[in-house]
Amino acid sequence: MGAPTPATPAPAAEPRAARRKQGAWPWLVPLAWAAGLLPLAKLVYDGVLTPGLGANPIEKALNRLGFWTLTFLTLSLVPTPAKAFLGLSWPVRIRRALGLLAFLYACLHFTTYVAVDQFFDWQVIGADLTKRPFIIVGFATLLVLVPLALTSTDAMVRRLGYLRWKQLHRLAYAAGALAIVHFLWRVKRDHTRPLLFGAAIGTLFALRGLEALRRRARRRPPVVASTGPSLSGRDAKPD
Amino acid sequence: MASFRPDVRESEVTPERLYLRRREFLALGAAGAIGALLPRAARAAAASEPSGAALPVGKKADLAGGEQPTPWRDVTTYNNFYELGVDKEDPSRNAGSLRPRPWTVQVDGEVKRPQTLDVDALVKLLPVEERIYRMRCVEAWSMVIPWDGIPLADFVKRMEPTSKAKYVKFTTLEDPAQLPGQRRHVLEWPYVEGLRIDEAMNPLALLAVGLYGRVLPNQNGAPLRLVTPWKYGFKGAKSIVRITFTEEQPRTTWNLAAPDEYGFYANVNPAVDHPRWSQARERRIGEFFRRKTLPFNGYGDQVAQLYAGLDPRKLY
Repeated sequence: MGAPTPATPAPAAEPRAARRKQGAWPWLVPLAWAAGLLPLAKLVYDGVLTPGLGANPIEKALNRLGFWTLTFLTLSLVPTPAKAFLGLSWPVRIRRALGLLAFLYACLHFTTYVAVDQFFDWQVIGADLTKRPFIIVGFATLLVLVPLALTSTDAMVRRLGYLRWKQLHRLAYAAGALAIVHFLWRVKRDHTRPLLFGAAIGTLFALRGLEALRRRARRRPPVVASTGPSLSGRDAKPD
Repeated sequence: MASFRPDVRESEVTPERLYLRRREFLALGAAGAIGALLPRAARAAAASEPSGAALPVGKKADLAGGEQPTPWRDVTTYNNFYELGVDKEDPSRNAGSLRPRPWTVQVDGEVKRPQTLDVDALVKLLPVEERIYRMRCVEAWSMVIPWDGIPLADFVKRMEPTSKAKYVKFTTLEDPAQLPGQRRHVLEWPYVEGLRIDEAMNPLALLAVGLYGRVLPNQNGAPLRLVTPWKYGFKGAKSIVRITFTEEQPRTTWNLAAPDEYGFYANVNPAVDHPRWSQARERRIGEFFRRKTLPFNGYGDQVAQLYAGLDPRKLY
């Protein structure tokens, strides 16, 4: 990841952010949040009304929260390639919601582990967090998501500068990879589900790499072609 | 076995009490007081009583220290039986495809007279007893289960093993039509488990044919399964079609799949962690707090002598 790219895409950020403010479909982001909170509502509903969570409700709650973390993490990686390859721009508008939903479910997953599953047994939790790769990797996923959540506001994007913000948020792929390893090590035998998530995130990552290559290839010819000092190479935008 | 107490009343336990308390914990954690506001009746209706044909049961023994058995509903809906699906609820959902009658068990290997036995004839041949045992899964959860079955020792003696019989191997049915989970290669099919012959002769080992005084439900391994309460649950081969007496240690399924995680002995051992999680504690289904796991699942008095010469670190 992350060969430093020239600041070309930066100017696009501000107008887009502005457009997002008044833009069409004002219900889009609230809808994403509402849909994203449905699994949580279902979990609470099932947890209250028997026998929704079955014989081992704590395990089921943990599994569901982990599943939705990984699901929203994966979905949050979709908007960028969707824009590049399908020309869709609306997914970009809900990307922040998707990322924050992933963070929310990750926090709930971890909190359930600490407060419900282990009931604040710090000795056991400490041992888990130092000795067991499966738990360590899960915790690392959460830690990677923290700076992404903290820098998710418009103000933070501005303060960091879009380029640096973007580089930082490539960590989402690292979080995805860690979460998949955590899931893989969690299951006893049937690796189908974690591998499906792995395939999804791997594909999205590959598409992103492809797009980066395409952009680089597109950018190069004008620079080579121009004979004079091309101070305004940025103007040669193909689109 | 000193702790045999005949004719202990079988508690027609109402599952509800524990059941409700557990939900309350979760409800309180997850949704504040909403749980408390719900009408009790609504939740009580969800609990269900044992069902299925009744089994005539002779001797009864509570070997779970008088603990309330885990509710029927939990014992029959929270199962590890990969042949019927890998999720806990899958076996009960997919149970319909298994046809446990008529059913024969092939007995072969190092025995005087290899034979094929009908499971109903077997139940008539040897008396069925009730045993209330703790069941500790390798995944760190546990239950208390009133099994009905034939002491394995009685069966072994009846089959007259030869002097070369050092192990007993149990093989599960292999038939993807009845056990759709076998269409996917999650494990080496058919499922194979095994015991040393002296383990098989231990009075605790049981060939279960029932649960709660009823014919064994399909998802619990109908019509015949192994129960060895001092070992992790995966030793309990389900839907057995073949019992082979062998000279060599059988190659058992989970041990083959991950030898560092699942040993041949698979004795419950809180001192040896599973590489990925601790085995020191367990969650009893229906309880909120984890409890300490006991060596040999609390059956050390009955079985520890079997392993006198063995390195305890190997006993997982």
